[in-house]
Amino acid sequence: MNLTLISLEIGVALLGVLVLLAGLWTPPNRQHLLGFCTALGLTIVLALLVKQGVAVDPITDSSGGFVLDGLAVFFKALFLLAGILVTLLTMGFSNRLRTAGAEVYALNCFALCGMLFAASANSFVMLFVSIELITITFYVLTSLQSHRLRSLEAGVKYLILGAAASAIMVFGIALIYGSAHTLQFNFIANGLAAGHMKQLLLFQLGALLLLAGLAFKIAAVPFQVWAPDVYQGAPTPVTAFLAIGSKAAGFVLLLRVLYTAFQVQPDGPRLLEPAALLSLMAAATILFGSLCALRQRNLKRLLGYASIASAGYALLGIVALNERGAAAVLVYLAGYLFAIVAAFTVISILTPDDEDEDLSILAELHQRSPMMAVTLTLAVASLAGIPPLAGFIGKFLLLRAVIEPTATFPWLVSVALLGVVASLYYYFGIIREIFWGTGQWWTEKKPESARIKLADSQVVVLLICLLGMLVLGLYPQPLLELATDAVQVLKLAN
Amino acid sequence: MALMLMAVPRENRAVFRWGAILATLGSLVLALFVFAKFEPNTDLTSINHGYAFVQTAEWIPALGISFHVGVDGVSVLLVLMAAIVAFAAACCASGIKAREKEFAILLLLMTGGILGAFMALDIFLMYFLHELALIPTFIMIGVWGRGENREFAAYKTTLYLSLGALLALVGLIMIYLHYETFNLPDIIHRIQADHGDLMTTGQQGLVFALLMFGLGILVGLWPFHTWAPLAYGAAPTATAMMHAGVIKKFGLFMLIRVALPILPDGAQQWLPVLAWLCLGNLLYCGLVAMRQKDLNGLISNSSVAHMGFVFLGIASMTFIGLTGSVMVMVAHGLLAALAFALSGHLHQQARTLDMDKLGGLLTVMPFWGTLLLMAVLAGCGLPGFANFAGEITVFFGAWKTIPLITGIAAWAALVIGAVYMLRAARQLLHGPRADDAPHTDDIPGWHKLPFIILLGALLLFGFAPKLLTNKIETASESLEHVVEMYKRK
Repeated sequence: MNLTLISLEIGVALLGVLVLLAGLWTPPNRQHLLGFCTALGLTIVLALLVKQGVAVDPITDSSGGFVLDGLAVFFKALFLLAGILVTLLTMGFSNRLRTAGAEVYALNCFALCGMLFAASANSFVMLFVSIELITITFYVLTSLQSHRLRSLEAGVKYLILGAAASAIMVFGIALIYGSAHTLQFNFIANGLAAGHMKQLLLFQLGALLLLAGLAFKIAAVPFQVWAPDVYQGAPTPVTAFLAIGSKAAGFVLLLRVLYTAFQVQPDGPRLLEPAALLSLMAAATILFGSLCALRQRNLKRLLGYASIASAGYALLGIVALNERGAAAVLVYLAGYLFAIVAAFTVISILTPDDEDEDLSILAELHQRSPMMAVTLTLAVASLAGIPPLAGFIGKFLLLRAVIEPTATFPWLVSVALLGVVASLYYYFGIIREIFWGTGQWWTEKKPESARIKLADSQVVVLLICLLGMLVLGLYPQPLLELATDAVQVLKLAN
Repeated sequence: MALMLMAVPRENRAVFRWGAILATLGSLVLALFVFAKFEPNTDLTSINHGYAFVQTAEWIPALGISFHVGVDGVSVLLVLMAAIVAFAAACCASGIKAREKEFAILLLLMTGGILGAFMALDIFLMYFLHELALIPTFIMIGVWGRGENREFAAYKTTLYLSLGALLALVGLIMIYLHYETFNLPDIIHRIQADHGDLMTTGQQGLVFALLMFGLGILVGLWPFHTWAPLAYGAAPTATAMMHAGVIKKFGLFMLIRVALPILPDGAQQWLPVLAWLCLGNLLYCGLVAMRQKDLNGLISNSSVAHMGFVFLGIASMTFIGLTGSVMVMVAHGLLAALAFALSGHLHQQARTLDMDKLGGLLTVMPFWGTLLLMAVLAGCGLPGFANFAGEITVFFGAWKTIPLITGIAAWAALVIGAVYMLRAARQLLHGPRADDAPHTDDIPGWHKLPFIILLGALLLFGFAPKLLTNKIETASESLEHVVEMYKRK
């Protein structure tokens, strides 16, 4: 294997190991320096990635299992940015983890490494290994706050359900191998196109099981049960990473598997017709997420349900089965990154140690910290898809992709609209609490009113997120071009 | 030029209250300038034919979206009206005592957004800027609103209006998918070309329904109007003035600007429905207004009822009817702003708007009382006010095509309107003052200015409706084309 091809991944993994080693000799009161170093290291890796740019032709390694093309580069940049933001966010949070110092940063790096591999996966082996790397790291990260029962509970739940999902997925891969005799995406595609596939039923069953495994990653109905519990229980920075990194990894794999390996196209070979299945899934996901979030008072749980709904919206882009839809997924995820990280940053700063993230902690926020109030307001507005923020462009593109005049899913559009209106209701609830909330109205307790002082790293994260949401919302042209270029490799119809 | 008009309201935030007033004054001056200097492009070959002050800049070329603004005979009037109301609203915002800074920012955002939306020639930009103006409404109702109900009002308004906007967005996306561009003059140009590039009839029906009901919710089309009384009852004065006066007109504007020219077949299917629904506005909301005990409830219901005239004008699909619609939009914008400003002043003084508790106000507040009387008379459609000119034009236009509905509307709506308006005037202005009536002061010194401007504009356009019709005349070609397309079958 060509080592220069995976230099970024090696770099990130090495960074993790180095941080882990350095942690041994770093006194506890200076552990936050490690976070700074990790963020710096990741920034350098990101800079290298940007400098390297997108190759004209996709580069693959000799076996063809690893590919470096526009799509991979787009997602790698997304993951690295998420990694940097989450590392900075963890720095402000590390004293609440108690047990851990360097391990958190190292584990973040390892999960990130898995995501980078996922962005380039072009065979089922690479797919499985990268997913396992991400998921296993997250089992540990989720239960890192070992003094909190909720965190442990979340870790165990995630472990059991995640292991089951992996088992199902690996079984699906085995079935696919059994009928296609290869694990590489392009070879499978060739086999399908040439009609060489024997035992077609077996292949279809395998594909179905594989899709189930990926649906678990993006928390789509009916594989969403873990999301709210894990989101609520995990330490907040981990939740943020889970919400964007893990989900985006699921989407890039879904895109590649569907379009590169299975060659799903509206007028392609009619072996698999996942459009109906996926649209059903998208509709159910949107409805489930939106309806469950309506009466939710725990902020992290609310965002957990909301993120289920978001996965449903992003699925709309895949249901469309065209290039616009795929590009829309990319744009949506990029906008989602800034909004969700901003929201979780504010939550992580506000939550008192070991307490529930009830909506009432937001009361008086506009007096306590105008900056956080503004950021959180814009973040939820962006998640709700209100112009002029990044989330609006993403949702707009997704809707546009799915409202083709020829499309047969008018009911899907109606469900999506219903979801958007419901989402306005619960997101508006957050904004209401920020500006005119009265705290815990069921007790005599007055809401906190002391001003909050932000650490530098937190200010940086908030500023980057604010900038990202506004710039992508007001001037999305460069992002659109990048996304459109990135999905070229999927060879989809326009 | 038009670009400057958009930029101005965003930048002045230094000294908040005065900044807001000055900024809106600036845009008013610019709007007057545009109004006076307005001279549409007469070059028939140009794509911007019929528009003036056109500005174009690339925005999101990947999606065929550009920053494209300009005014024609219809939008120039609405821009002027919006600028007048914005200035008046900024003057009336002095009642806001808490967080003035944020209020001023939101008010300017609203003004900038809606002025831009009226000028936008790109459908996406139009929608985008309208949303920008709409969102502050929700926040203002929630934060600075009054009454027990404000949270519920903010919620309900948000949900209703967002649903309306989303339905309209789906319709707009479908238009976009057919034409592959959001550029309005370009689309209309393509339709006017010999082989009109139209969507199929079925598609047009669907898109028109989406736009009609989506925008209808924004305007308060019966039976989707229930958010309006609640919202205006809870909104702070300046917000109610801006929303009822200006932002609500956007839905109608977009119907005339986008839906009618692009979807003639869809219009044929749905306008008869609209004609009957507008009776719902005129009669039902009028009757509801009659039973109101609260002045704000009365004004908001009557403002929803007045929208019926505009819908009637649109449904008539005659040039005269459309002209009347635009005139009513302008007149009603000024009137609604005036009425809400008056009730806002009363609320500030008396802390109540319950008409049973108030009475004989003409003796204590002569200036306010006179203004209210004028506003009431304008609301009844008395000659001399711009409303009369608009409503009578609508009736003239509509009589030709839908005489039955016009007849019902003319008889019933005007009588009902007169009943509730005059009842309000009697209860508030005349009669004995109750012993426990709260102390009220008249409008002091310079605060009279916005009221005078609004009333002055109403009277000016009432006595010289030519000022309005002359401008609309310049857009007659495009309006008449709309009518022709509609009658083609």
